[in-house]
Amino acid sequence: MRVTISVEVNGTKHEREVETRTLLVHFLREDLGLTGTHVGCETSLCGACTIHMDGLAVKSCTQLAVQADGAKITTIEGLADNGNLHPMQQAFWDEHGLQCGYCTPGMIMAATKLVEDNPQATEREIREGLKGNLCRCTGYHNIVKAVAAAAKAGAPS
Amino acid sequence: MYPAEFRYHRASSVEEALDLLDRNPGAKFLAGGHSLIPMMKLRLAQPEVLIDIGRLDELAGVSANGDSLSIGSLTTHSEIASSPELRKHCPILAEAASKIADPQVRNKGTIGGNLAHADPASDLPAVLVALGATIQLRSRDGARAVPASDFFVELLTTSLAENEIMTAVEVPKLGAGTGSTYLKVEHPASGYAVCGAAAVVTVEGGTWTSASLAFNGVTATPLAALEVVEALIGSDATDQAIDRAVESRLSVPDPMSDLYASGEYRAALAAAYGKRALKSARDRAG
Repeated sequence: MRVTISVEVNGTKHEREVETRTLLVHFLREDLGLTGTHVGCETSLCGACTIHMDGLAVKSCTQLAVQADGAKITTIEGLADNGNLHPMQQAFWDEHGLQCGYCTPGMIMAATKLVEDNPQATEREIREGLKGNLCRCTGYHNIVKAVAAAAKAGAPS
Repeated sequence: MYPAEFRYHRASSVEEALDLLDRNPGAKFLAGGHSLIPMMKLRLAQPEVLIDIGRLDELAGVSANGDSLSIGSLTTHSEIASSPELRKHCPILAEAASKIADPQVRNKGTIGGNLAHADPASDLPAVLVALGATIQLRSRDGARAVPASDFFVELLTTSLAENEIMTAVEVPKLGAGTGSTYLKVEHPASGYAVCGAAAVVTVEGGTWTSASLAFNGVTATPLAALEVVEALIGSDATDQAIDRAVESRLSVPDPMSDLYASGEYRAALAAAYGKRALKSARDRAG
């Protein structure tokens, strides 16, 4: 069965016909060509597929594309503004918050919501807030440093 | 990993959802999808029809109802964890919801989906049993209320009938003098409870006047430690009384066993965490 859905992704409206069983992550990557969102474990554990949907960080491997009908979505491609990196992207760069980079888009999408919800997050809160994102390189230390740096940079001085 | 093919309907009211269910026997309701979609990917569930109830606002949110609080079945774990009403009047439920999986999963997973799935290692079932919660169900024939202690029938099996939908969960408002705690030992990879202990106690004048203790993750359905509680009531609210009651009266029939934790280990965790949960709940009863 195929149904037509309409979604707004990174500010652009799209209307597409999808098979009902299409997962949102595959819709983003294969139908819209937005391959920045990664497919990791496909079992809602690793968080590589994290996106923002209607203001919430969610795992797009555990959503059907049809469930996103009418939703506003932001993917990693939508964070930078006219080529200027988002403060969280910049902090990951500055603090070397990545090794192989596979988990990075999901980490950044989860981290931006974490800091938005809790701008004063402590190291412990950052670690707990990123519980749903796994880094198989185990590069957590610099990831946490990057998130703390971005929180500090965004905090009113 | 795609699910098998299915037909998809989106319901715009509870009535329509029940009509669709009647016309499509074997159909499954889709809410947050965080239990159902993983099951469908693994072909552990292969429904021919999904009825999307994810937009039924009438089933979402927390409302006060006299001495109890009603939590719509579509309320997400994040909403439960941050609900001011629940944090004030039923803090153990907010505490347990805040310990489920991770923020992204809590943003989509719903209390109704969690309970209907009845995973033995899930966090909410024992909490609802300890609270004496009631599950509200509806079909085209009418509504019925099932005590949480009767709702979980077997592993992944509930008393929800083929033609029913879960509409809400009713929990009591806990009064002054009542304390509650949920503690868990979680599997380091999945976050599921290897052992979760839920305690709700009332202490008056240094004596237990009411208490309940239940466990997740240890047996196939939530384990209510009724004998432990029986031994406590009327005795002094001391650490010694708790230790004595748990050590002499806790029985764990048929504990689950897997590669990560043997049944014997789970039973030992239940004793240790049962004591800790009771002590913490007593201290919170203040």
